Amino acid sequence: MTAMGSFMWALIILLFSAMLTLIRLLVGPTIPDRVVALDAMTTTTAGAMVIYGVITKQAVFIDVALVYAVLSYIATLYIARYLVRKRVGMACECEGEAV
Amino acid sequence: MIEWIVGIFLAIGVIFNFLASVGILRFPDVYTRIHASTKCTTFGTIFIVLATISYAIYSWKLEHDPAWITIAIHSALVVIFLVLTNPVGAHAIGRAARKSGIRPYGAVIDELEGRL
Repeated sequence: MTAMGSFMWALIILLFSAMLTLIRLLVGPTIPDRVVALDAMTTTTAGAMVIYGVITKQAVFIDVALVYAVLSYIATLYIARYLVRKRVGMACECEGEAV
Repeated sequence: MIEWIVGIFLAIGVIFNFLASVGILRFPDVYTRIHASTKCTTFGTIFIVLATISYAIYSWKLEHDPAWITIAIHSALVVIFLVLTNPVGAHAIGRAARKSGIRPYGAVIDELEGRL
């Protein structure tokens, strides 16, 4: 098997794994389950994007994977903050006073 | 030679990513799902990017096309960023889940009961 064939098979199996993770994203009973599934799906898809960039020999897809990982990280931290505080959009830690 | 190196690295990475998906589907609890997903996906993506970098360097030595060097450097940037940010996100989610009242599955003794 050539190297390109290996990359093709790896891409197919990675996308299949991302689809399996999507099941947990849809049926997860609590919010942290969904967030964990989203994080794992993003990492798997970033690896698939790197492989696709090598197959098509274009570095643009790898830059897309980088931005995708950054956005997933920010979304994970923001949802974690929402789970602790139960409100969004507040920058300060002031208690009680309406801002 | 390069086919074997790329094949072995890709096999390790793909197997670990697939095991992460199975663990997310099968484990009973959010903490065990974090345990399965974060470590396995990070480790698998490291090996996938190792395969990508080795193939890019090999192709660059063969064709002398600078696009391969761009691909190798950007892949290394992706894996450095994933290794830096994935544990932080997993820790934040686990801490938030514990603080929002989700107990571990089958826990008998909860030492953090009154301290949160």
